[in-house]
Amino acid sequence: MIPDDLRYSREHEWARVEGNRVTVGITDFAQHELGDVVFVELPDPGDEVKAGESMATVESVKSVSDVFAPVSGKVVAVNDVLVNEPEKVNDAPYTDGWMVVIEMSNPRELDDLLDAEGYRHLVEAGGH
Amino acid sequence: MDQSTSTKRTPLYQWHLAHGGRIIEFGGWELPVQYEAGIVAEHLQVRQKAGLFDVSHMGKVMVRGAGAADLVQWLITNDLTRYGPGQALYSPMCWPSGGVVDDLLVYPLGPEQYLLVVNAANTDKDMKWITEQAARFGSVAVDNITGTYAQAALQGPRAASVLQRLTGFPLQQLDSYEFTDGVKVAGIDCLVSRTGYTGEDGFEIYLPAAEGERLWDALMAAAEPGELLPCGLGARDTLRFEARMPLYGQELDDDTTPLEAGLGRFVRLDKAAFSGREALLAEKEGGLRKKLAGFRMVDRGIARHGYRVFHDGQPVGVVTSGSFAPSVGENLGLAYLPPALTELGTTLYVEVRGKLLAAEVVRTPFYRPAPRG
Repeated sequence: MIPDDLRYSREHEWARVEGNRVTVGITDFAQHELGDVVFVELPDPGDEVKAGESMATVESVKSVSDVFAPVSGKVVAVNDVLVNEPEKVNDAPYTDGWMVVIEMSNPRELDDLLDAEGYRHLVEAGGH
Repeated sequence: MDQSTSTKRTPLYQWHLAHGGRIIEFGGWELPVQYEAGIVAEHLQVRQKAGLFDVSHMGKVMVRGAGAADLVQWLITNDLTRYGPGQALYSPMCWPSGGVVDDLLVYPLGPEQYLLVVNAANTDKDMKWITEQAARFGSVAVDNITGTYAQAALQGPRAASVLQRLTGFPLQQLDSYEFTDGVKVAGIDCLVSRTGYTGEDGFEIYLPAAEGERLWDALMAAAEPGELLPCGLGARDTLRFEARMPLYGQELDDDTTPLEAGLGRFVRLDKAAFSGREALLAEKEGGLRKKLAGFRMVDRGIARHGYRVFHDGQPVGVVTSGSFAPSVGENLGLAYLPPALTELGTTLYVEVRGKLLAAEVVRTPFYRPAPRG
């Protein structure tokens, strides 16, 4: 599942743009690859993040994965629900499984993200 | 697949693919780590109802001849004479140093015939060791018959009920670790043993490789909807971990003794002679260098194999196995520690990606199923 109204990174994060703020999570492809998510570590509100750098970790039973910031800016909200209910990342990756809201410092970085069509091609080509 | 790293497939490989199995490489074999249900759901299924695992990759070594009993007694730390007919036994097998070559199950099939079931990844190493030792015991043949058999592990509180629908053999006659050979299951000649690697009631079923798919299909068809799920290596690991069952390569290796691993009850130092006996006697008398302990994470985080453990600012051990434990709902781990630090409640710190996270020593097994009624 790849919603048309989102932007996507090559590392399988999605970004929902609302004004100068971007809500970020991982895609359905990513959660399926990971398997059952049992632990999520999120940044703190106020943290600065840089596009392409790790801002959070998602752990499955078998693996640890970085979640990369798709854009630079300041973290203004994190989804604390994931502390006790990490499985929401699997069950609802684009809604209840959202992770971080970033106030952008450089909205031009959005141009570097894929649209739904571009992400679809990436996934169909194997995801890498 | 290139020749240098050719991996093996069990007789159930196509079955796994057809049923949504996600294949990974494990110990030279291609096996499912999970199916579509996922590791957590498969784990809980085994604790609550029944799960079906393909364990055909386990090494199977047949030891036959007049010298067979003496060879097996020399190889294992446990004592064959303490077990009766129809009883399988678990035992470590040690180097002269007392370190563990492997841990295995022994099925006495007759006075001159023993089936040893060993860890898949150790099969070649074990064959070399057993064959070398066999030279001391006169008339004995040692054969690797791994590929001849498929092996199913049917585990969970509903396992007996499901299996009973496919066999006339009264399963209530089998107590834990008992086995019976030449039993028809779904019309297939099987060896059925009441053993497993999950901490639940269950059965391991050995059958001719060619009949593998037939048995798997029969078991799935015999189950009621939702009663039985195929389960992969991921759940196999979380289940055995909660039950504190050792995994060779993690809790056991060439440099670790069974006493350190907490397997003392399978080490019969009163047996006259076995490989490693002198070293283990000396360790028992002199005191263990390290001891396996369980811990739970106090700070938020998951401890994993290889992470360092600290106490009073000093590294004191390494995590052997660590994971989210689905039936306990906590992040738990096992580590070798100096014996003085293994007291319940001791505070430790686990280094997780550069940060020291608090943990405390707890009792193991982490999970115990309710007694079978």
